[in-house]
Amino acid sequence: MSPRRTADSGRIDRSRQIRFSFDGANYSGHPGDTLASALLASGVSLFGRSFKYHRPRGVMTAGIDEPNALVTVLKGDGREPNIPATMLEIYDGLTVVSQNRYPSLAFDVGAVNGLAGKLFSAGFYYKTFMGPVFGPLKGTRFWMFCEWFIRRAAGLGRAGYAADTARYERVNAFCDVLVVGAGPAGLMAARAAAEQGRRVILADLDTRLGGSANWSDETIDGMAATDWVASAIADLSGRDNVRLLPRTTVWGYYDNNTLAALERVTDHKAKPETGEPRHRSWTIRAGSVVLATGALERPLVFPGNDRPGVMLAAAAERYAVEFGVLAGERAVLFTNNDRAYRSAAALARAGARIATIVDVRDTVSAAARRLASECGAELLAGRAVVATDGRRQLSGIAVRAFDARSGTVSGDARNLAADCLLVSGGWSPALHLASQAGARPRWDSGLQAFLPPEPTQNWIAAGAVAGAYSTAEVLRQGLETGRMAAGSADEDDGGLPLAADDELDPNPAPVFEIRADGKAFVDHQHDVTADDVRLAYREGFVSVEHLKRYTTLGMATDQGKTSNVPGMAIMAAAVGKPIEEVGTTRFRPPFAPVSLGSLAAERHGHLKPERLTPMHDWHVANGATMFTAGLWFRPQIYGLPGETIEQAYVREAKAVRDGVGIVDVSTLGKIAVQGPDAAEFLDRVYTNMFSTLAVGKARYGLMLREDGFAYDDGTTWRLGETEFLMTTTTVNAGKVMQNLEYCLDVVWPDLKVHLTSVTDEWAGAALSGPKARQVLEACVTGTAVDDATLPFMGIVRGEIDGVPVTICRLSFSGELAYEVYCGAGHGTHVWETLMEAGELFGIVAYGLEALGTLRIEKGHVTGAEIDGRTTARDLHLDWMLSKKKPFIGSAMMDRDGMTGPGRLELVGVVSLDGRPLNGGAHIVESSNPAAPRDSIGHVTSVCYSPALRKYISLALVEDGKARLGTRAFVSDPVRKRFGPVELVSHHFFDPEGKRLHG
Amino acid sequence: MSEFTYQGEAGRQRPDPASTDRAAWDAYVYDRLNPAGEHNELWQHSGGCRAHLVVTRNTLTHVISSVAFAREAGRAHSAGRRGKGARS
Repeated sequence: MSPRRTADSGRIDRSRQIRFSFDGANYSGHPGDTLASALLASGVSLFGRSFKYHRPRGVMTAGIDEPNALVTVLKGDGREPNIPATMLEIYDGLTVVSQNRYPSLAFDVGAVNGLAGKLFSAGFYYKTFMGPVFGPLKGTRFWMFCEWFIRRAAGLGRAGYAADTARYERVNAFCDVLVVGAGPAGLMAARAAAEQGRRVILADLDTRLGGSANWSDETIDGMAATDWVASAIADLSGRDNVRLLPRTTVWGYYDNNTLAALERVTDHKAKPETGEPRHRSWTIRAGSVVLATGALERPLVFPGNDRPGVMLAAAAERYAVEFGVLAGERAVLFTNNDRAYRSAAALARAGARIATIVDVRDTVSAAARRLASECGAELLAGRAVVATDGRRQLSGIAVRAFDARSGTVSGDARNLAADCLLVSGGWSPALHLASQAGARPRWDSGLQAFLPPEPTQNWIAAGAVAGAYSTAEVLRQGLETGRMAAGSADEDDGGLPLAADDELDPNPAPVFEIRADGKAFVDHQHDVTADDVRLAYREGFVSVEHLKRYTTLGMATDQGKTSNVPGMAIMAAAVGKPIEEVGTTRFRPPFAPVSLGSLAAERHGHLKPERLTPMHDWHVANGATMFTAGLWFRPQIYGLPGETIEQAYVREAKAVRDGVGIVDVSTLGKIAVQGPDAAEFLDRVYTNMFSTLAVGKARYGLMLREDGFAYDDGTTWRLGETEFLMTTTTVNAGKVMQNLEYCLDVVWPDLKVHLTSVTDEWAGAALSGPKARQVLEACVTGTAVDDATLPFMGIVRGEIDGVPVTICRLSFSGELAYEVYCGAGHGTHVWETLMEAGELFGIVAYGLEALGTLRIEKGHVTGAEIDGRTTARDLHLDWMLSKKKPFIGSAMMDRDGMTGPGRLELVGVVSLDGRPLNGGAHIVESSNPAAPRDSIGHVTSVCYSPALRKYISLALVEDGKARLGTRAFVSDPVRKRFGPVELVSHHFFDPEGKRLHG
Repeated sequence: MSEFTYQGEAGRQRPDPASTDRAAWDAYVYDRLNPAGEHNELWQHSGGCRAHLVVTRNTLTHVISSVAFAREAGRAHSAGRRGKGARS
């Protein structure tokens, strides 16, 4: 076993070995170890290189606040950068590499940046690259030249290129009481709320619940703190109304007590169990929240405070007690408070040698002195560490006399040998979530810390986050807040466990920085020094928010957990104001980095559902190329071997005009409009009359928006006196439904109408062509389909091979045509029966391209023309605007600008050079392709017309109606197309409509 | 996809359908309140029963102080208007 391992204690299982690799070298640890504890136990001190200066860095903390020891985990082809080694649980086969070093961690060429330190102070990049151009080495162009090198030299880990193959999950949860943090306060609060019968969720970012009790030497309720934790957890996990979430970081506090959490389900496993996701993203809606998030120890700022071996005192305590690892063999404690003496004593008990305690205060309390002598340490009061020595590992420190009131050092330096320097600058409550929930934290000058603000949402703080640092007080707050959150007025102390009161003074001396020569780091992760903060102030950045952005202090992945308060204190000193007047920044989510995968969860790849018509499989089996229209999959063409798309649709469209074709129209939106006021309702939403429509007839209808622009069109069938079936365009089905619901709920609540979306209930096939009726005659029973029984726009009901069908005679193609609807489950059967019946007549299934071609030849509009900017008049649909009644849009449709000259109006375009036209191409009057001049409109829908044997299109052209018969040019510089066209009526084919009457 | 869809400001008065008062129509179609404070909003339960709700929400705190079915609120309102009309 490693000499750094203690003989016993801690959460690790010494009977088992785990093997892993770091930078290619093999190491071993035990179950329960983090990467940081296992490497420390193996004597590794160097974990990474710093962001800007490439300085060697070790482990500073034991938790989520780690700024230095960030590593990249390699798993399969994937790599995940910037993982704190302190949060990474080891497993067999774990492969980790260090970051921001080249060619190796021990020998890094980037470290020369450290020698040029003055150059890289705050704002270096802006000043160098964004400034005015003086000579060749300035300005944006110089930046563009240097960027590649700079991006390579500065920064953190590198993201991988391989797709993330892990699975992620999202969960919504509801509870009466959410307790964040499972230290003594959180456990107490959870139990108190659970005892009131409330539904409780207890989440903690750590693997082991229990928080500081896991490395405390205290007794709670007459037992070791760890045993008390075990019994509390056993009690909670035995309750049905409690859910425990270890390894779960609550990272966001949003409105209405909605909180976001990330559960790391399998990051600690070599291989997930079947069905386990990697991460689970929780959205928790809580009646009330107990924030028991604890406090984070902060470092002191002094020259050389970033050398590997310099560690927060409580972190070293935690490694010793919880992980059984000694951070060093000869340790020195440097502190401004009493609490850190307890860390030193814990290390001494675990077997480390505490050589010296350096305290910035000249008088030290008796309780602290007792702990110092318990450690056998020399106590140097009124002193401060002013320098550290060693290259990749601390070897010694220099100490000078320090006056805590003036902050000045004096006297000769005394050098001390040490391989580990424990640092404590006091504690900062982890009030991130409270701050996210709103309101500004308040400064407590005794604790020298920001405390949570007055709650603006339904939360209560308990324990160290509320400034309570003694276990007895923490437990009492936990009990009280748990009951309060549960809405209980119970005040008896029966459930309160016994704990000794703390005799150590929780208040640190107000010392944040020791000013002496050398780089003193405030933000270790972003390499921001105390001098950078002062430089920012001198350059006029006096607001904390500006300071943060200019120096990037607190903006790294650790979000300044160890650096925010020291940074503000140094700023306050520079400004000459008390820290509470300088203020603090507002914390924003997330508290800790969140995997993007967990936010997307299952919503990747196909973000939308795929809608398939009942006949989908038939289309695919019969050679259709499928095409998406909104969410729907529709056949584009049924291509024959060797056919181009154009050849296929031309063949299909021609077959319709010459004989008969069939197309799947199941995707059209279908809305059942029922009720005594149904006809009145339709009169109000359609521009034309529906109340006059006879039962058993259909009518083409147009809707406008309230602002008077064209909105949607379709046919509506009157099935009964009070019952209509409305069809909408495929793409607008959802929007039209929502709009109609809005009208009934909000605009006309008195109308007795019920709407039901029946799009998915009905399969539809449109049969078009001169022989369409013959096909129906061959297979429809129960009704005649002759012209008298089923005239244009008529509706009949019958059967096709035993399946009830509704047939409406209407036409989109301009041919004699019918739409046949049946229950969706019978769709394929009816379709196949129609195909069989049509075989004799040469029936051809056609797709969207042919459908489009047929309707362009007829000048019918779709979404390309009803584009939200066109009016009914622009589209030659004036005849549909009833003058007998108001309708949605009628008051606004003839406003200034919506009529009169200058409107883009629908026209037909014929290519005169025999070449295809492109959708989106401009129409211009100038014949010079090099200088196309002003556009007078654009092409909307294009096709090759087999009926005209020409390339044609629909277009919206300025004053188009007046230009019919004139020539213009299409200009499409992007696709290099320029050519002459003729502007014609949009009714290209059969303008009299003789064909649809058969 | 979220369960509720925002459907705009509640309580807007649509001019009489036959009205040709341009200003009234312009106001109805284009003007919206943007209060810092209490705001009446329409939310459709689009992922559920499809009903529209009138929700009073404070835009500063996001606190929702009341929720009612839009259809019932609208009926009550128009009944009130009719009542007044009958008296006058």
